[in-house]
Amino acid sequence: MDYSALKTHLAGLSMPNPTMLASGILGISAGTLRAVAEAGAGAVVTKSVGLKPNAGYPNPTVIQVECGFLNAVGLPNPGIHKFIEEMGELRDLNVPLIVSVFGFSPEEYAEVASLAAEAGASAIELNLSCPHVKGTGIEIGQNPEMVKLTVRAVKDRVDRPVFAKLTPNVARIVDLAEAAYSAGADAITAINTVRAMAIDVETFRPILANRFGGLSGAAIKPIAVRCVYEIYESVDLPIIGCGGIRDWRDAVEFMLAGASAVQIGSAIALEGLSIFKSICDGIISYLRRKGFRSVSEIVGLAHKK
Amino acid sequence: MSGWHIKNNVMRTVEILDVKPENPHVKTIFFRDEMCASAEPGQFIMVWIPGVDEIPLSISSIYPDGSSSVTVAEVGEATRALTRMRAGDIIGVRGPFGLGFKVSGERALVVGGGTGMAPLMMLINRLVEGGVDVTVIEGAENSNKLIFLDRLNNLSESMGVEVLFTTEDGSYGFRGLATDLAERVLCNKRFDVIYTCGPERMIRKAYEMAKAYSVDFQASLERYMRCAIGICGSCTIGKYRVCRDGPVFDMERIGEIEEYLGVLKYNESGERIPV
Repeated sequence: MDYSALKTHLAGLSMPNPTMLASGILGISAGTLRAVAEAGAGAVVTKSVGLKPNAGYPNPTVIQVECGFLNAVGLPNPGIHKFIEEMGELRDLNVPLIVSVFGFSPEEYAEVASLAAEAGASAIELNLSCPHVKGTGIEIGQNPEMVKLTVRAVKDRVDRPVFAKLTPNVARIVDLAEAAYSAGADAITAINTVRAMAIDVETFRPILANRFGGLSGAAIKPIAVRCVYEIYESVDLPIIGCGGIRDWRDAVEFMLAGASAVQIGSAIALEGLSIFKSICDGIISYLRRKGFRSVSEIVGLAHKK
Repeated sequence: MSGWHIKNNVMRTVEILDVKPENPHVKTIFFRDEMCASAEPGQFIMVWIPGVDEIPLSISSIYPDGSSSVTVAEVGEATRALTRMRAGDIIGVRGPFGLGFKVSGERALVVGGGTGMAPLMMLINRLVEGGVDVTVIEGAENSNKLIFLDRLNNLSESMGVEVLFTTEDGSYGFRGLATDLAERVLCNKRFDVIYTCGPERMIRKAYEMAKAYSVDFQASLERYMRCAIGICGSCTIGKYRVCRDGPVFDMERIGEIEEYLGVLKYNESGERIPV
């Protein structure tokens, strides 16, 4: 099949197609990042990396709920210094390697990001939206002022594209998008998981060891589509849509709302790594059927009055 | 699209029916769950110990009355809490998950180390039912660490299964490592397949032997696990995820991850550490 209609240019990155591995899924080892790229993802985003090694929470960390998954893994990562060794095995990766970073202050985000960029990251995605770790993620990313400070601190130290991954756990996500835009972000990723919880009725206990976690999957897709649609109307930045995407129809829906690319995560549990290729095949057929020559032509079409 | 539901991944809370000591450190825990009772030999489940942890364990037996068991050694906080639970206590189960053992060939050599015998015990029963000529080698540090002695000796007496025990201190059966004994057995008899589970260095040696003797090979591997459904990336070995692409790996797939087998794994933080 000819995939040239899927070529995607986003914030200076060239991708063979608009599908990306979402952060938090698989991307902690060189082996699995490579496996995802070989399976057909247009780019891969690593699990979030911080300054120091972190073991994350005890299990249960990932559980199934109605229409999706609930997770509180707790940002496990080997720390950027060790992770750079992992990145060393990915120099010949044939798609962009985007490193997701987190920190406990704007300066720490910038420190981790600059080390990742020096080590060869194609772009940096700022995790401003993890809903279950104290002192980072949403605790920084729910506050537009902090988003602005963090994006600016990172942009000052990094010469690669910087994506701000935003949380839906606020009244107005566009305030966050505008803050990221004003501080010089190169793209917006929307959305991260929705803060949520599940309780076992036999033992009267919250099931996640951390009690609270983030909801992903089908349940949050309409929320994510709405966020992408609102952000598209408010800021002039490329958007990467994320949240409950499982097939080409979901991916196209995000693109019509304004996403230039899409990230896929939880659905890998259902479809396996072949999901990237099947979504690409589906988009190609859709473009052909509707008479479009390039996937970029459908971005934001739902906004036409 | 509908159907985000993964049927076997829903956590079910079940009552413990019975707890049977296998040796001073290992217990077998019985419970009833329809999906667990449909597991293939070598598949695993996630067991939730409420308020403590959730850990992967192989199914060690399934009975006609619909009950099944896991067999667990006390090695840390979670396993200690689990081995101290009693009949009537509640645990959560998810699964069964992963790829189990594939029954093939007419003469099978089963090599197990310590609680690595848990998934193999169910396999041995399946092999015997299928009329396969089975030789079992179980190795442990000493006689106190052997498990399933009764079950294996029964199979030996009633079904003619050759069962060989070996301990590092010679306190029961042969003296030495399971792989030393396996080598002697392989010299004298032709096998179609070696099935193994236990310490990874033992698995590594058994793999080298399988190659040297041109015998087919299947091994159940272990890594730190979280989601069990192939998305968290914790149990990576090379390009494979143990929860989804394993835990049982065949000769071909082991060949693809040879450089890591018995050499390297990732800890909870995702740091590379020696096995």
